[in-house]
Amino acid sequence: MRPFHPRALAGGWSRRTMARSRGHGLGEYRKMQHQMPGEPATSVEGVTPLKLFLGFASIGFVGFGGVMPWVRWLVVDRKSWCSAEEFDNLFALASFLPGGNVLGVSVMVGGRLAGRRGSLAAVLGLVAPPAVLVCLMAELYRRHQHLEAVQGMIGALASAAAGLIVAMGLRMVWPMRRSPRALAIVLVVVVAAGLLRLPLVWILLTILPASLLAARLVAR
Amino acid sequence: MENPVALLTLKILFLSCIAVGGFIATVPELNRFAVQVQGWMSDGTFATLFALSQASPGPNLIIATLVGWEVAGFAGAVLATAATCLPTLVIAYQAMRLRAHHGRARWFLLVERAILPIAVGLILATAILLTASASGAAPPKLALTALTAVFLLATRRSPLVPLAIAAVLGGAGWV
Repeated sequence: MRPFHPRALAGGWSRRTMARSRGHGLGEYRKMQHQMPGEPATSVEGVTPLKLFLGFASIGFVGFGGVMPWVRWLVVDRKSWCSAEEFDNLFALASFLPGGNVLGVSVMVGGRLAGRRGSLAAVLGLVAPPAVLVCLMAELYRRHQHLEAVQGMIGALASAAAGLIVAMGLRMVWPMRRSPRALAIVLVVVVAAGLLRLPLVWILLTILPASLLAARLVAR
Repeated sequence: MENPVALLTLKILFLSCIAVGGFIATVPELNRFAVQVQGWMSDGTFATLFALSQASPGPNLIIATLVGWEVAGFAGAVLATAATCLPTLVIAYQAMRLRAHHGRARWFLLVERAILPIAVGLILATAILLTASASGAAPPKLALTALTAVFLLATRRSPLVPLAIAAVLGGAGWV
């Protein structure tokens, strides 16, 4: 038994049996095949690439100071496309892939719900609207960078945006509160990356093997 | 190869293949390439573009869009943006399929249990760095950061609410 792992809490329902027993066609089953069996049910039916594009595009416009907390808010809180545990696991996996966590997790969420086109739609929604906006902003900024109100606004936005990341980190730590192993690793990484500011490659090369060993030895 | 758009696209394609930890990790190398190696822009211009990409909505890979825009206008912006996304699109999709097939294997559960705390630690570290760079030691700004975090933890309402309030307070010069 591994009491800490969220999947241990999930029942034995497989998506396949659920899809069949509810009488869905093959198309519905195809959409679900990237969801792991036994994961908590989420409202994934009828999510089209267009809906994914529009959802991700809506946060692309408002995601000041980094879209990471917004993607979690959209996918977990707003649309229930993923459970919180599922999202955190996809997110952790994406953090170790090139391109970073936000882009990676969008590819995975989109792909899980609507296949290849879902991945593409999610990434297009996430990237295209802010890309257009930022080029317009670059032109605007050249004309108005001397204004004090503009400087003050951007400074205050950056502070509030930092608060979004703080909240997201705390929400992800909360499920680990009964696992001293996980908390210890979180603490080591926070000190190494946040306070000592060591290069990421060093941190991954040293802490990843240690964390794998700890996960192997400690059940929680 | 003399075409700057092609050069930039290939460079960004390569950088995003090795950008573990996010595209932000490759910014120093992008700076070195665009400013020192190719001489496409001054260091000051690059710094302004970077500040803009941080202050604007959207993922932080948007810095590549801005560099492309600066180097070659519309075509540069489109190609640079596509080059940042393409490697992740392919790699993350394959990783997701791998997870769907092997997600219940013991080794995969072990890997997941090992990497989740590291990822969470990196987010909290990012939170510390962002708070420090955005607020410094100014109490009103630290309060803004703390209140935003509390708002998000206590409610499920849109994060746009605290951001809008912050923008108004900042624009009026109260923070």
